[in-house]
Amino acid sequence: MSDFLKIQGLEARIDADGTPKEILKGIDLEIPKGEIHAIMGPNGSGKSTLSYVLSGREDYEVTSGSATFKGEDLLALEPEERAALGMFLAFQSPVELPGVNNANFLRTAVNAVRRARGEDELDAVAFLKAVRAETKRLSMSDEMLKRAVNVGFSGGEKKRNEVLQMRLLQPSFAILDETDSGLDIDALRIVADGVNSLRGPDFSALVITHHQRLLDYIVPDRVHVMAKGKIIYSGGPEVAKTLEKQGYTQFLEAAA
Amino acid sequence: MPAVTETRETVEKLAKSSYEWGFETDIEMDIAPKGLNEETVRLISARKEEPEWMLEWRLKAFRMWLEMKEPEWAKVSHPPIDYQDAHYFAQPKKKPGPKSLDEVDPELLKTYAKLGIPLHEQALLAGVEGAEEQKRMPVAVDAVFDSVSVATTFRKTLEEAGVIFCPISEAIREHSDLVKQYLGSVVPAGDNFFAALNSAVFTDGSFVYVPKGVRCPMELSTYFRINARNTGQFERTLIIVEERASVSYLEGCTAPQRDENQLHAAVVELIAMDDASIKYSTVQNWYPGDDEGRGGIYNFVTKRGACRGVRSKISWTQVETGSSITWKYPSCVLAGEGSVGEFYSVAVTNNHQQADTGTKMIHLAPNTRSTIIAKTISAGKSDSTYRGLVRMQPKARNARNFTQCDSLLIGDQCGAHTVPYIESRNMTARIEHEATTSKISEDQLFYCRSRGLSEEDAVGLIVNGFCREVLKELPMEFAVEAQKLLQISLEGSVG
Ligand SMILES: Nc1ncnc2c1ncn2[C@@H]1O[C@H](COP(=O)(O)OP(=O)(O)O)[C@@H](O)[C@H]1O
Ligand SMILES: [Mg+2]
Repeated sequence: MSDFLKIQGLEARIDADGTPKEILKGIDLEIPKGEIHAIMGPNGSGKSTLSYVLSGREDYEVTSGSATFKGEDLLALEPEERAALGMFLAFQSPVELPGVNNANFLRTAVNAVRRARGEDELDAVAFLKAVRAETKRLSMSDEMLKRAVNVGFSGGEKKRNEVLQMRLLQPSFAILDETDSGLDIDALRIVADGVNSLRGPDFSALVITHHQRLLDYIVPDRVHVMAKGKIIYSGGPEVAKTLEKQGYTQFLEAAA
Repeated sequence: MPAVTETRETVEKLAKSSYEWGFETDIEMDIAPKGLNEETVRLISARKEEPEWMLEWRLKAFRMWLEMKEPEWAKVSHPPIDYQDAHYFAQPKKKPGPKSLDEVDPELLKTYAKLGIPLHEQALLAGVEGAEEQKRMPVAVDAVFDSVSVATTFRKTLEEAGVIFCPISEAIREHSDLVKQYLGSVVPAGDNFFAALNSAVFTDGSFVYVPKGVRCPMELSTYFRINARNTGQFERTLIIVEERASVSYLEGCTAPQRDENQLHAAVVELIAMDDASIKYSTVQNWYPGDDEGRGGIYNFVTKRGACRGVRSKISWTQVETGSSITWKYPSCVLAGEGSVGEFYSVAVTNNHQQADTGTKMIHLAPNTRSTIIAKTISAGKSDSTYRGLVRMQPKARNARNFTQCDSLLIGDQCGAHTVPYIESRNMTARIEHEATTSKISEDQLFYCRSRGLSEEDAVGLIVNGFCREVLKELPMEFAVEAQKLLQISLEGSVG
């Protein structure tokens, strides 16, 4: 096993109106370079929390455990440093930025990351070229580039916008947090293609989903089942099918 | 919560970044003795070689001022200003006729460079000939260096169009009839304490006259600089736009850092005749004082436009990031039927800055319309108040106003207040008011940072987004500068 992404005994909590609430209760997870893993689990099991903790959201307090990414202590880095290092999170609920032009946002982000990675910044022309290629691939209208970031976007548009950002920022590790929810089958195919076409030895991903359907399109190397802040089962792609047929009950019982 | 603490720490850290443009130019000055009395007024008038009527006008204003009290109702506080402890006249010493490149003090050009005046404008200031050949949007710069206009450019182009653009002191001598007719016709000498003071002792400013049917062929730009210790600034601007004529005027300010508060009390009067239009844009960045609020500029300004003609239009756009204390209400008096008044404003306060700003839209005639978009950003320990008056007079049939005030708070130690005054004396008039207060959310910051943006860049982006409706009203020349300014002033303020 390489130590591309290695999470050990990770525990995290949040301050819920003065009382600490434990959410992650000891996560162990390794994702080797070039692999795509999936996490499935009931609502409230801590999937989004895990993705936030990995990408550096400050509300969550890590009380125990470790996470390393490309050999670096991930938890010691600022969110923007993690982005520079190649981490990307496609948000379950993308955030609206009123008045901030989407194209301008994308370019600012791309150039910030490129600067941090020691690459040349893209000028307006080069950026536009890059962005046009991606919007085309994702069947997005240019009009979406002119609007304010996520403001007035439909659920599906928001998700595509996340995938657009992922592709432009060229991460080596992407977390997709329920990027499939709310998408119709065509949109799902487009999004899946957006991920699959990045697949290769230099791209890993953690796909969080409720639905086995997405995993028909993005076939994972491993599937992990998460419940109550822990990973209770790990297996191959067939786990998703079992879940789809039988629900979480048997996994929960087996873990109990 | 840890996130909030973090934010406050960042705010404090950022607030420490210092004022980039705090420097002082060493130039020989001709300074009047400290103090304010009739002799001071006479001295100013004599130095400016003014006609007798102007001196009388000043003296009348001075006598009114003596009877007036400083307004106290604005939601700002400051140590009492000692009006006797200031110079009312300061003029760089130089030979007469500073029209050519050789006579421009190199120190002055260095100042412009430090202030980041675009190169092409420096070129204009330095040597008109070469600069004029550049194929770009022409900008005429009438640079006010302290109290005296040192260089005026693009005169010729403007003259050919029949536009007069010159220092007001020159207009008083050479276009005496126009000045006599309009000066004080929008802001009377006795209008308020600071206007009276200005009327008595104003030393310079700009005069613009656009004749019938003429669209001014270029944007007019004046850079006001304050550069002498303890010299109150009393600029006077008068802009007259005749029937079917139009002009866009840009005003920008930065000031060298200093350790005593400086008073600035400008008066701006705009007059628009039938179908005339005036766009007046300001990017204001005076020294706001240090982290403790020491040493900033006091900015008490009276700006008012009169839409005298039918379908005339006056539009104020301002981006205010500077000053220790700002007290300013650019206003429109809508006297012509169907005339239009607009006010677009971004006010940023940080550290101990205090701003009390807003606008007044006075609807006198039928079918008049006004729009107010005011964006307030408060950070640090600053306090900001938007005060807006919309008045519909009995004859303002079918008049309409739309007001939108949005406040953005950064950190939890600052304040923002919105005080709308609405007076309607006509049943058919319609007034709409919308107000919002928001904070930059942790969600927004995290979203941006997870995309690789630094916290500062994230804040800059979000703030610029918040101000977009106003920034898009700025002429291109200014929009970029304004965005940069917002970013700089928020580096010293946000989290
Ligand atoms: N900011 C928060 N404040 C309080 N409770 C939270 C917060 N964020 C998450 N939680 C709680 O933590 C648990 C896990 O949430 P989440 O990570 O969103 O789960 P999932 O993504 O698996 O549905 C839930 O019970 C949720 O209510
Ligand atoms: Mg979730």
